[in-house]
Amino acid sequence: MNSRRAGAEAVSEKGWLAAHRWLLARRFCQLAILALFLLGPLAGIWIVKGNLAYSLSLDTLPLTDPYVLLQSLLTGHRPERLGLIGAAIVLVFYLVVGGRVYCSWVCPLNPVTDLAGWLRDRLGIRGSAHVARATRYWILAMTLLLAALGGGIAWELVNPVSMLQRGLIFGLGAAWMLTLAVFVFDLFVMSRGWCGHLCPVGAFYSLLGRWSPLRVTAAKRAACNDCMDCFEVCPEPQVIRPALKGAGQGIGPVILAANCTNCGRCIDVCSKDVFAFGLRFNNHPDDGAQPAAPSPTATT
Amino acid sequence: MHRYRIAMSRTSDQSRQRGAGTSGSSGTRSPARRQFVFDTARLLCGVGILGLGLAGYQRNALARPPLAIRPPGAGDEEDFLGACIRCGMCVRDCPYGILALAKPESPVATGTPHFTARSGPCEMCEDIPCVRACPTGALDHSLTDINQSRMGLAILSDQETCLNFLGLRCDVCYRVCPVIDKAITLELRPNTRTGRHTMFIPTVHSEHCTGCGKCENACVTEEASIRVLPAPLIKGSLGEHYRLGWEEKRKAGGHSLVEERGIVDLPDRLPEGMRLEGHFDPGSERLPAGMPGSGDAQRVPSLPPGLGAANGGATAAAGGAGGKALPAEAGR
Repeated sequence: MNSRRAGAEAVSEKGWLAAHRWLLARRFCQLAILALFLLGPLAGIWIVKGNLAYSLSLDTLPLTDPYVLLQSLLTGHRPERLGLIGAAIVLVFYLVVGGRVYCSWVCPLNPVTDLAGWLRDRLGIRGSAHVARATRYWILAMTLLLAALGGGIAWELVNPVSMLQRGLIFGLGAAWMLTLAVFVFDLFVMSRGWCGHLCPVGAFYSLLGRWSPLRVTAAKRAACNDCMDCFEVCPEPQVIRPALKGAGQGIGPVILAANCTNCGRCIDVCSKDVFAFGLRFNNHPDDGAQPAAPSPTATT
Repeated sequence: MHRYRIAMSRTSDQSRQRGAGTSGSSGTRSPARRQFVFDTARLLCGVGILGLGLAGYQRNALARPPLAIRPPGAGDEEDFLGACIRCGMCVRDCPYGILALAKPESPVATGTPHFTARSGPCEMCEDIPCVRACPTGALDHSLTDINQSRMGLAILSDQETCLNFLGLRCDVCYRVCPVIDKAITLELRPNTRTGRHTMFIPTVHSEHCTGCGKCENACVTEEASIRVLPAPLIKGSLGEHYRLGWEEKRKAGGHSLVEERGIVDLPDRLPEGMRLEGHFDPGSERLPAGMPGSGDAQRVPSLPPGLGAANGGATAAAGGAGGKALPAEAGR
């Protein structure tokens, strides 16, 4: 958008804090989760033990990553009870709040790729390798297939997501190199490359959250002034268009695409407050349509 | 995902079309569809190559370095790499802090727990907290007696540097062994170098060795002379068909297998009348000249010379076909 920065309008209209509300909340959440994990090894305060693959909080609450557990199941191994209970809890949680909430609110790699995306924009790096966004689902299928055929959790040998988090908690080693590689890849090779195109962890969680009730909705889409700021900041911009611009085709205002990460950045960055968190059920095509215009807009 | 599925079926349509008539009119194929097919092919090839690489890496990861020992209750490496989700709970619950998760640059599969006996052996906690902490059972929860764990197997890997093998009384590995006198015993041998002393040879018994690594950790030589290695790397196997005569005899309450069946002497197939110098054939009537009993053509010993010559012999030749007889077992 030429020299104007995405979100500048929102900052001037709503104030800096209000225009970064969800971003700040998200960063706080990411840091808090990491801090909880680090409190044990660094300060000896064992509120949470383990890492994102499996953790035990306050010696009672088990949480298991269902993706890694699914791979383990596919190798033919039967996990212990606590591992299964932990996976069930996590599954239910993400079924409700949206699977890719994991990506934007929990994943330790997200700040890294967000930084790469921000810097890419700042430095004006144009051009990006073209790979279909569906690639991640193929990689997901491949990792599951490998587990089923090869008898091991092969993806965990190279998974930069778990490697970074495990590294921060249990000793980094060369995991920083892989993290840097993802950063450089996102910065120079492919815009939003890792999280938006390749990562099978995100792909898994997106499938998990396909029917989640908690959604971002373009409730006041009639107020949209086509500034395009939301498309600029969104890590998965393809999810916005149907909801924001679909009033004419009878599409409701709720962003239903599974790859919306519920990061809330579009809410922050919109000076007209078009977006808000809401439920998927309030999705009548007339919702958020032109209030002044005559109602028969949606018929097809 | 939905759009994606549609895309998939379209691809198969496309390929069917191509298979049906490549020589036919291809005017209906638009550049956009061609592009789509190429893009899909590119994607599949890319992911396929990634998968192949990953599968190869996984194969390599199975070749764990022998000095990296898995915690108690871990199955064989292939099972373990499928069961372990790399959460590090075992590392956290080990009260002695000996376990570590493998870092990416390590040759051990990334994120999996292991310890190194030389720097920190398993202390063999009775309640086995590492196993209880495991949420997946990669460390088998049915292991409740630490003495039954088989993390590895100790082997006295260098007889040239082991002090006891040199005739000294070090005995450290024997004394630190948590399963002392079972997993490691001291076997007495005459010291032929001095001619008047006894060597106390540390001997590992795989039946009892847990592979905790305390012996390797305590070994006083600069490089450990006794090591703990993965059992499959060092454990031999006699083979199903082997029978140890003395074991069988003990099991049968003092009757040996051989006694019951008798010695079967196969014909030697020497040309008629031929003699081999020093050849002894217990089944034939020929004995080398100068052997005890060689003068007596009727006596056929049932045992080799020097063994039971006193009470052997006096065997009736049963059925003289071919001039050779199967000796009936000498009653003893």
